[in-house]
Amino acid sequence: MFRRSEQDKRPPVQIFVDGVVVAAREGDTVSAALLASGQDARRSTAVSGAPRLPYCMMGVCFDCLVTIDGVGNRQGCLVPVAEGMQIEIQKGKREIGR
Amino acid sequence: MSVAPKREDYDVVVIGAGPAGLAAAATSAEAGLSTLLLDENAGPGGQVFRAISSTPVTDRSQLGADYWVGAELVQSLRASTAEVIHRATVWSLDRNLDIAVSIGGASAFVKAKRVILATGALERPFAIPGWTLPGVMTAGAAQTMLKSSGLVPDGRTAIAGQGPLLWLLAAQILRLGGRIDRILDTTERGNYLAALPHAFAFLTSPYFTKGLSMMREVKAKVEVVSGVTELAAAGEGQLAGVSYVAGGKRETIAVDLLLLHQGVVPNVNLAMSAGIEHRWDDLQLCWSPVLDANGSSSVAGIAIAGDGAGIGGANAAVVRGRIAARAAVEALAPAAAAKLPALATLRRDLAKAERGRVFLDTLFRPAPQFRIPSGDTIVCRCEEVTANDVLESVAIGATGPNQLKAYRRTGMGPCQGRLCGLTVTELMAQARGKTPQEIGYYRLRAPVKPITLAELAAVPKTEEDVKAVVRG
Amino acid sequence: MTTNVDAIVIGGGIHGCSTTLHLCLAGLKPVLIEKDYAGRHASGVNAGGVRQLARHIPEIPLSIRSMGIWEKINDLLDDDCSFESHGQVLVAENEEELAVCRARVAELNALGFTHEELIDASELRRLVPAVAETCPGGVVSRRDGAANPAQTTTAFRRKAEQLGATVREGVAAGNIRYSDGLWHVDVGSDSYAAPVLVNAAGAWAGKIAAALGEPVPVETVAPMLMITSRVPHFIDPVVILRGRKLSFKQFKNGTVLIGGGHLATSYQDRNETVLDWKSLAISARTVFELFPVMRGATIVRAWAGIEAKMKDDIPVFGPSSRHKGLYHQFGFSLHGFQLGPGAGAVMAELIVNGGTQTRISDLGIERFHRSAAR
Repeated sequence: MFRRSEQDKRPPVQIFVDGVVVAAREGDTVSAALLASGQDARRSTAVSGAPRLPYCMMGVCFDCLVTIDGVGNRQGCLVPVAEGMQIEIQKGKREIGR
Repeated sequence: MSVAPKREDYDVVVIGAGPAGLAAAATSAEAGLSTLLLDENAGPGGQVFRAISSTPVTDRSQLGADYWVGAELVQSLRASTAEVIHRATVWSLDRNLDIAVSIGGASAFVKAKRVILATGALERPFAIPGWTLPGVMTAGAAQTMLKSSGLVPDGRTAIAGQGPLLWLLAAQILRLGGRIDRILDTTERGNYLAALPHAFAFLTSPYFTKGLSMMREVKAKVEVVSGVTELAAAGEGQLAGVSYVAGGKRETIAVDLLLLHQGVVPNVNLAMSAGIEHRWDDLQLCWSPVLDANGSSSVAGIAIAGDGAGIGGANAAVVRGRIAARAAVEALAPAAAAKLPALATLRRDLAKAERGRVFLDTLFRPAPQFRIPSGDTIVCRCEEVTANDVLESVAIGATGPNQLKAYRRTGMGPCQGRLCGLTVTELMAQARGKTPQEIGYYRLRAPVKPITLAELAAVPKTEEDVKAVVRG
Repeated sequence: MTTNVDAIVIGGGIHGCSTTLHLCLAGLKPVLIEKDYAGRHASGVNAGGVRQLARHIPEIPLSIRSMGIWEKINDLLDDDCSFESHGQVLVAENEEELAVCRARVAELNALGFTHEELIDASELRRLVPAVAETCPGGVVSRRDGAANPAQTTTAFRRKAEQLGATVREGVAAGNIRYSDGLWHVDVGSDSYAAPVLVNAAGAWAGKIAAALGEPVPVETVAPMLMITSRVPHFIDPVVILRGRKLSFKQFKNGTVLIGGGHLATSYQDRNETVLDWKSLAISARTVFELFPVMRGATIVRAWAGIEAKMKDDIPVFGPSSRHKGLYHQFGFSLHGFQLGPGAGAVMAELIVNGGTQTRISDLGIERFHRSAAR
């Protein structure tokens, strides 16, 4: 859906999405890294289980909700990636108490 | 590493580091007021100057001169004594000017003598069939990724809607070598005529030549379909195509990405939750705060600057930020105000920056069918409520957005009505034969952004906690 | 223009709406006057607890009466009000609290009330598996539950209107007066006259009573609530605590409501409340300790509804001690929602029959005016 510009010279950052290594760049938000990865990053909603991807990328739609380093329901479009970050795509209602 | 605010009290707290907030914080700090700027993003710039200090798009011509103006604003801010905290999400502001902010998973409380809200705008909801499908995004979303990560569309891509941002985005995508297969322009034909009386102001505004050349640039490379009167996205769990009607003819094209845009509206959540009075703006078709000439709101001590005060664009936002900060300085340190630009000068700057706005508002006023959906089209993305669901609730007695919550939970999901509020107001107004002002808006409450229970539980204890509490 | 009706009910909370509906069921033509809209304040935004558990003894008969109506609420209103009956559990956090529970249940049993039942640690764990393991037991009221308050209040209003009540929303009742055997109330440019006036105006009812010569010790309060995003189902009953301020429940949609009576600052004249986050943090800490699974849940919204709280925490319910045709129904002191259906039924009996089988004798307004009476 998206590709990176050749002039992007930012250093690489390695993150893990459901355990799989994804190459991101320093300064990417989690959502941008997911969309750039080409992987299936669709979450499913807590209401009906419908698949969603980020819609607004500016912190207002909450369709980018993702579990980051064990903390659920975070807005992936507002969180910059960090080396070794563990991302989980949320399916349905997020389990609590894990 | 996240840093908590250094103090508990400030003269001025500015919320949002877009054009208005950057200008307001710099002005306030230059005048010697203790100033805190809180911003949700990783760096300064807001949406229009997004990633201004970090963008990988280093070829200056690609993002354009209007973008790089932001760098000067950031420079003045950094030269000032203002304390700036990024990735700081303000989740509560009340009429006592008590502010709760989440920074790095911990909440802090600060109090201000003056608050300047510069929380900007968000894109107007564009509720068409299929707009929740993965692969449908806002144009602003694509622009955010372009500016902050140098990402451009590379699959089959359509852009649909209207307004200046749409053309700017298209030009930027093309300059970076991205792909756009078709632009579906939804500007109503009648709007051109309606906008004509305001054309002179526009022709003599800075928007005119820039806008025209950008449209030429885009039209030379992309097929543009104008007069689009219907739009629908379709696909099974993923966007597969967009169908549209133009000139009475329906066409469907296969796309992987559909970018929607029909203008921006004030981001009202924090302001409304603080109890600030808003009124329906019938030209801009949105809720705008009731403000005086200095940007002061109905809540004493809180001013609003930038697009949150009513859409005016980046240049106007900068001036509004300076005016609001100047008013704070006048109130708290009158002697220091003399060193700032005169109010008359600022007002002149503002008039200049706002020139041509009415023309744009009139020309790009979105058509009713793109604001007021029908049938099974989802209105509330969070709770997955359709237009029909809303109308059925109206039929059994829901009279306004707050009553509707009880029937359908609209606006009660995490986005707190940001993506459905305007649609619900206009839909209910139409169904009940009332004006949007009469129908009203959701009562918004803190936290305006969700916080975890653990974070709230970790809030420092007060004396009152120690006192025995009586069972209620 | 004056319209003659059988009764004027002031206040579109659950109590005013319920009384209006029950008057209609008795064949009367009432008018309901609500200055905002039905359920705008406490009745629409409370925790929705349908609770007989842990009530003051004087109001238990009314609560039991109400419970019977709740269990058939769909028959009455053609709306299920999202009522669910999974019981309510009062948790004792230590042995001392459990001893208090034991004494309370014994006291109720001696009075002939059997709805509260003492439970031990294992039964507590069976009912509320997520509760902290240190809790030694508590009390359960098995028929209790919860409903959606705004949906319920709206359903009462809608049914009353369907059965012939006039509902006037958006304009306050004004110029309340008694002349020639009738109560007169202005609503904007209209007037209503009726032999019966019911004061069910919630946080605004104390002023009405005082203006009619029956001042009572009442204050306006705004208890705060907060709710989480949807989480997987993990608890059925509503949980309240013996020692600390907390009420806790999960809705069918997965959201978890956290309340308990910490107060916001209310600005009654502006219909506005300002939340006190430092107090809400206390509730958050209590949940954090008691339900470790909830620690990562996100709070999406908090709010407070304006209502009346009596000095003795017991409602004012029944005929006026001074005026013919005047009835009071207010001051439910943070626990009026469950009482709404029954109180409306009993109030209609008082108005229509002049009496009721349900024991309400300790709730009358005369309890505040005894020294002055005769």
